[in-house]
Amino acid sequence: MPDVTKTDIKNAVASGPQAALQLPEPKPEKSRSLWGDAWGDLRRSWIFIVSSVLIVILLLITFFPGWFTGVDPTSGDLAKHFLQKPRLGNIGSPDWLGYDQQGRSVFARVIYGTRASIAVGFGTTIAVTVVGGLVGMIAGYFGGIVDSVLSRLTDVFFGIPFLLGTMVVLNSFQDRTTWVVIGALSFFGWTQIARVMRGAVITTKQADYVHAAQALGASTPRIMFRHILPNTLAPVIVVATISLGIYISAEATLSYLGLGLNGVSWGNDISDGGNQIRVAQWIMLYPSIMLIITVLAFIMLGEAVRNALDPKMR
Amino acid sequence: MTTIEEVVPVPSPRDGGTDGTPLLEVRDLHVEFHTREGVVKAVNGVNYSVNAGETLAVLGESGSGKSVTAQAIMGILDMPPAKIPQGEIRFRGQDMLTMSGEDRRKIRGQRIAMIFQDALSSLNPVLSVGYQLGEMFRVHQGLSKKEAKAKAIELMDRVKIPAAAARVNDYPHQFSGGMRQRIMIAMALALEPDLIIADEPTTALDVTVQAQVMDLLAELQREYNMGLILITHDLGVVADVADKIAVMYAGRIVERAPVHELYKRPAHPYTRGLLDSIPRLDQKGQELYAIKGLPPNLLRVPSGCAFNPRCPKAQDVCRTQVPDLLPVTEQDGTELVGRASACHFWKETIHG
Amino acid sequence: MAELSKTDEPQDATPNVSEVDVVDARTEEEAVHAIEAPVERGEPILQVRNLKKHFPLTQGILFKRQIGAVKAVDGVSFDLHQGETLGIVGESGCGKSTVAKLLMNLERATAGEIFYKGQDITKLSGRALKAVRRNIQMVFQDPYTSLNPRMTVGDIIGEPFDIHPEVAPKGDRRRKVQELLDVVGLNPEYINRYPHQFSGGQRQRIGIARGLALNPEIIICDEPVSALDVSVQAQVINLMERLQDEFNLSYIFIAHDLSIVRHISDRVGVMYLGKIAEIGSDEQIYDHPTHPYTQALLSAVPVPDPEAREDRERIILTGDVPSPANPPSGCSFRTRCWKAQERCASEAPLLAIPERFKGADSPAAHESACHFAEEKDVVHAA
Repeated sequence: MPDVTKTDIKNAVASGPQAALQLPEPKPEKSRSLWGDAWGDLRRSWIFIVSSVLIVILLLITFFPGWFTGVDPTSGDLAKHFLQKPRLGNIGSPDWLGYDQQGRSVFARVIYGTRASIAVGFGTTIAVTVVGGLVGMIAGYFGGIVDSVLSRLTDVFFGIPFLLGTMVVLNSFQDRTTWVVIGALSFFGWTQIARVMRGAVITTKQADYVHAAQALGASTPRIMFRHILPNTLAPVIVVATISLGIYISAEATLSYLGLGLNGVSWGNDISDGGNQIRVAQWIMLYPSIMLIITVLAFIMLGEAVRNALDPKMR
Repeated sequence: MTTIEEVVPVPSPRDGGTDGTPLLEVRDLHVEFHTREGVVKAVNGVNYSVNAGETLAVLGESGSGKSVTAQAIMGILDMPPAKIPQGEIRFRGQDMLTMSGEDRRKIRGQRIAMIFQDALSSLNPVLSVGYQLGEMFRVHQGLSKKEAKAKAIELMDRVKIPAAAARVNDYPHQFSGGMRQRIMIAMALALEPDLIIADEPTTALDVTVQAQVMDLLAELQREYNMGLILITHDLGVVADVADKIAVMYAGRIVERAPVHELYKRPAHPYTRGLLDSIPRLDQKGQELYAIKGLPPNLLRVPSGCAFNPRCPKAQDVCRTQVPDLLPVTEQDGTELVGRASACHFWKETIHG
Repeated sequence: MAELSKTDEPQDATPNVSEVDVVDARTEEEAVHAIEAPVERGEPILQVRNLKKHFPLTQGILFKRQIGAVKAVDGVSFDLHQGETLGIVGESGCGKSTVAKLLMNLERATAGEIFYKGQDITKLSGRALKAVRRNIQMVFQDPYTSLNPRMTVGDIIGEPFDIHPEVAPKGDRRRKVQELLDVVGLNPEYINRYPHQFSGGQRQRIGIARGLALNPEIIICDEPVSALDVSVQAQVINLMERLQDEFNLSYIFIAHDLSIVRHISDRVGVMYLGKIAEIGSDEQIYDHPTHPYTQALLSAVPVPDPEAREDRERIILTGDVPSPANPPSGCSFRTRCWKAQERCASEAPLLAIPERFKGADSPAAHESACHFAEEKDVVHAA
């Protein structure tokens, strides 16, 4: 191989007496981090492609509902449209998916209901990740009495049934805005991330590179955020992505029970449609389909990310 | 109590089968792994054989293919990603790669057994040691629970676990590392196999315990007249127990020799380099001899002889032509029994 | 912890340790000044006295109570001289890695002192501790876990400069990192790569470069080559010896490979169950061991020479190392020792030159913690 010879000669010339120590150059390859490897895996995964396309569409609907329908989801025309059946041929038009009992376009309601679900899903996930992550980090890093107290607190919250707890809290609010729902869900939902984070921190804390940083005299925040955090993110991201779907379905459940958001949301529509299921299945059917697709998209994304980040897969 | 053992007799290789065919013969075995980055050629045409009562040491570094070959023999490679595109693994003359799954299982379960490096993860943590040992007898010989337990105690006695009858119901984590490795050996011995493959059996153990376990293994091998394939990277362990050695590098056997011969006169620069880099008393204060460079990346094995970028003797021919594993002779041409080297310049290496 | 006070327990009175010249620094300024003072070659630079580390065994969830202790290190004393290599050998669980962590101040000692240039570093804090950290660095065993996988090589080797900015001005750092890569035999252009792109031997070189960054005086090497391939071990050992000469370093070299320890060490200490069993020059320990454990350890090592197996006498110890949570009374080796007598169970032997060799001009006259210390001819690895 001509290139091997050349490299050898170059090494011998460049390093002189240290030639024996000089290593042959590995062929140049792109600098890759673990995230880079994971990204390479993800691009090849059809689950990731399907779920991310769906999520992009959902985000577009959330931010620009006007692009998809020009109809106001709250204005109904009882005389004209009461319980009119879907006209599945008219894709995108207000009567595509039919009308509900108040003469409102089901299509418009499905489109505008997306915002509520996505907002609650993302809002809760962010809140839960920050709170749970912080609690888990502090408990795992400091250990001892701090860990004992925080872990028992986590256990107490973990013991409260998630939906029951949120229902009790939401029941005491008259005006249930998005923030209130996010707050209630987060209040009972942070424990899982805290547990995952604590476990990951305890494992990472024992790694030699953390000892090496301590031996250099690195400060606690430096060790926490520069050495431990980047190495504990992977499991947290996986759990967060999957639970995003769970929070969306929780919001729908709460709305169905009449304890969710005031306003347009899939859960409210599914609840309303339930009363009409014998005469107008479509009122319930289409929000349900959207809900299932959305939850599935996030859970699939979480699975794809987990596979890409799991070191055992490589 | 501690024993001070005087001279240890060397086990002499005993007669193979009745008809002279070796107990196990690996012929031109190839194993590749299909990964995202490409095809990793882990084993590239390995040949070796072992007879009853004989110890073959397969010596190599990580990535040399020594463990993959053993896994192929045991049929525990994950396929895919692994693939065996070529080769034969003959047990008493029968090729295990072409026989029916049923026959293969019979051989692998009863005639060939394997001992792993990490005894703790090879034992089921939720079942008692006695149950796991007895399982072999219940499944393969249809013994009752009671008989199986009695057999398990007998086996534990055999591998010198103190108070076997009292400890038979203990769980793996209640035993120390050395004791767990003894249990693994007992398990491998349970069905009195003809061949044992030991993959780094003592690497995870402390030196003083290592000696106990290796001694036990050698003793049992003599007693049962078993073949033993010892896979290791430790030149010291090899010298202690092996009859013959196969040195592997980048998926090939680069040198084969009886144990005394190999240490006295290595015929491959890689073997020579390994032996030279052991610190010796007279080298104190000097630089150690070091093989330069790094073990090869199996995705990009160098052309020609895989060792050529690290070899002090490399010439142009080494970069273009793969050397075959050829017999090694004395200077006057008399054959050296059991010796072979895959080096274009073996003559210079052994005689120079 | 009252039961650990030094006064009611006999201490090793070993002439291998010299008098500690305690520096009584009243201010941080004085302390830092003392730490930065140079030490003559051959003078003691690190002096460890009766060092102990007991890990408490606890029970209970919120309110923990102690039910016992693992005596990982149980009264260890030695000196490290400037420019020398002190090898520490022993089997897993003997406490040698805990000693390394204590010296690095990664673990808090239960009792005992570690004097660095006359200052007890177990009691330092703030600027003085930081100055000590700059001067004592560590090379870890496993090159796969000792480098943060999310940082580039440049960030890893440059991190010491982030933490101790006084060592290298900001604009100078990249050049410094590249110099360090060159010193350890790596291509300076590798600066932007991640650890997983390197092999084990190369990673260990990166770890060594990080250890050298602050120009330390002492490097503690905890099994630095045992995770590497055989053919790469010699390269790394050679590199470490070259760096010792070049940068005037003192090493504490912890390993279980006896032949490598003999090659690199000037003096060797053998540890068993948290205590030093025997300590002396490499020749004294390897050729004239007087402690039965040392003799057994040396004879158990497989010799890479098949001729040796025919005519060597081997001592095969029975049983395993006892648990450090429940060590035997008296001499901790007595449960596996072929010489053990009643005295061994009742009276713990101190590490000292055995009576019978005292004053004798023999290599056997070195510290050995055995009531019945004597030479025994064993053929062994190194």
